[in-house]
Amino acid sequence: MPHKWAMVVDLDRCTGCEACVVACHAENNIPTVGEDQAARGRAMHWIRVERYWEGDFPNPRVRFQPVLCQQCDDAPCEPVCPTYASYHTSEGLNQQAYNRCIGTRFCANACPYNVRVFNFFDPKWDKPLHLQLNPDVSLRSVGIMEKCNFCAQRIKSAEIQAEAETREMKDGEFTTACAQSCASEALVFGDLNDPQSKVSRLASSNRSTKLLGELGTKPNVTYLQRGT
Amino acid sequence: MQRTAEQIEKDLLRPIFRSSPRYWIAVGISSSLVLAGVYAFGYQLYNGIGVWGINSPVFWALDITNFVFWIGISHAGTLISAILRLCNATWRRPVTRCAEAITVFSIIIGGLVPLCHIGRPWLAYWMIPYPNQRCIWPNFRSPLAWDFFAISTYLTGSTTFLYLPTIPDFAAIRDASKGLRKRIYSMLALGWQGTPRQWQRLEIAMHIMAIAIVPVAVSVHTIVSWDFSMTLVPMWHSSIFGPYFVIGAIFSGIAALILAMALLRRFLHLEEYLKPVHFNNLGKLLLTMSLLWFYFTFAERLTTWYGNTPAEMTVFWETINQHFAPMFWIMVLCNFVIPLPLLAIKKLRTIIGTAIASGAIVVGMWIERFLIIVPSLDHKFLSYSQGSYRPTWVEDTLMAASFGMMALLYLLFAKFVPMISIWEMKVGLQPHGGGIVTTEVPGAKRHGLVLEGPLPTDVEE
Repeated sequence: MPHKWAMVVDLDRCTGCEACVVACHAENNIPTVGEDQAARGRAMHWIRVERYWEGDFPNPRVRFQPVLCQQCDDAPCEPVCPTYASYHTSEGLNQQAYNRCIGTRFCANACPYNVRVFNFFDPKWDKPLHLQLNPDVSLRSVGIMEKCNFCAQRIKSAEIQAEAETREMKDGEFTTACAQSCASEALVFGDLNDPQSKVSRLASSNRSTKLLGELGTKPNVTYLQRGT
Repeated sequence: MQRTAEQIEKDLLRPIFRSSPRYWIAVGISSSLVLAGVYAFGYQLYNGIGVWGINSPVFWALDITNFVFWIGISHAGTLISAILRLCNATWRRPVTRCAEAITVFSIIIGGLVPLCHIGRPWLAYWMIPYPNQRCIWPNFRSPLAWDFFAISTYLTGSTTFLYLPTIPDFAAIRDASKGLRKRIYSMLALGWQGTPRQWQRLEIAMHIMAIAIVPVAVSVHTIVSWDFSMTLVPMWHSSIFGPYFVIGAIFSGIAALILAMALLRRFLHLEEYLKPVHFNNLGKLLLTMSLLWFYFTFAERLTTWYGNTPAEMTVFWETINQHFAPMFWIMVLCNFVIPLPLLAIKKLRTIIGTAIASGAIVVGMWIERFLIIVPSLDHKFLSYSQGSYRPTWVEDTLMAASFGMMALLYLLFAKFVPMISIWEMKVGLQPHGGGIVTTEVPGAKRHGLVLEGPLPTDVEE
């Protein structure tokens, strides 16, 4: 395996600004479903910022926790798909082949993190958002499951670029849309197989932990716990 | 009063040649329900599956509840009829045909539900391992792929199992009719002449099917349970689910059978055939299943409670004393508290008594399936992404249509096939206690019913 793509989420740094959510929508052509559908639990965020409140008035505290597809090595969503729409790539990514998806939604039920989102209707974009669709990302239609894929299109184009220049890919040469837009650098993306990469160094921190690690899904997203 | 062979044939063929206005009203009502379902499904296809109440994280709800419910109902017929045949329980004779018909129709309905529920129903054929230019097979690791094979096997098996013992009766209708009807039934009777050789072959074929269908039925509902237990979802990931689902399926299946028998008895005037003894015997079986159901539910809950893991306990309390508590306790009432006295006390185990108990059980078992699916999906691990669920009119209509379709198929079946096996009833007339019969059964000459081999003792009163 030449690369092992991974992310580190530093919970001490996350301010809950949700820039990652907006960037992800723009990069990956994710439709906005509107207020009504969102209230019915059908918002289609590939990354969400969970808010947990601690303590009572007068000293309440809010804790933010960005949650995206954990790109599990032992992903519960993969074996349950009857049509191989949800599958594992050779670089350890948990991918979704939109064309193969018939919409049984079994993968979303099996996912302990609830990070898979479903096209309950044909996607629509409020004007003028329909003019800013990313040409590198395919559009999905009704009845299809989708989810974070670590900006597979960015990985691919960086790979092609490196190949054209006959060199190795460098750490930090590209990053995912969410990590790129994170002002406090709470999200860091990179290659775990490169021991010098920023993500490798951060992932070996003694604050590192996995979300629901006890379930044995072997996530490739590492959370750095809060110091306080 | 013992009926003669001629009377039996006349009584049981009557619904085929004559129907009351009441029959056509029932057909009208059930077909309008089916049409409403067709409309709802068309509306869903046009607008997208979002017209359902499902959402994130409750991706399955009424759809899969009904799927498990109907596949569960299908376990009455084949299993009961096969086991009773294998044990040579002679009281089974008037019961088997209507039970086997329930099986075939509820598998058809149960199989249609997942086709409606997927996001892109027009691509459902991708579940089939057919040769294609992309060389892609279905994913054989997926419990849904197993489901597809299990249900199609079960449907094929139980259709054959229903068809085989009907062949002599098709021949009887052929002989009693003229014109187009005669032509159709001639085809269905497959050239049945009632020769000893044919009887022997039928006997062997039925025996093979009866033995083969039992493991198929058990595996089908086990595989249905694996749709849930193969995931990590709280309260789904449990090894008890296989047997728990099989028991629940047989439980709800017998209840549906008793209900169907009570209705047939009333509306087809089969009082002389479906006697209190049948309801009494099935009632005892239902009582056993009710106790088993309680045992399994208790065992499941107790182990969860002792395990005391936070995610499972959230679902546990959600069903027992929070949001879903009313449904949970209605389920316990319907599946255990109401049926127990009705079925355990001999005086109450009458036709009415068993029918009331069965009605309660059918409702209770539907609720059980709902409570397995929705509360667990509502309360998965991360408390931030919990949800809630409310069905829309589309789901409600499709559910009503599934019941309408069952009624319609059953009504049409009663119009084209005798609901009680005529030839088996005639065999039951034999006074022999297991001796060799070489003579013809009285009155059965016309379609050549000749019996060879030992006949079982008839214990009917």
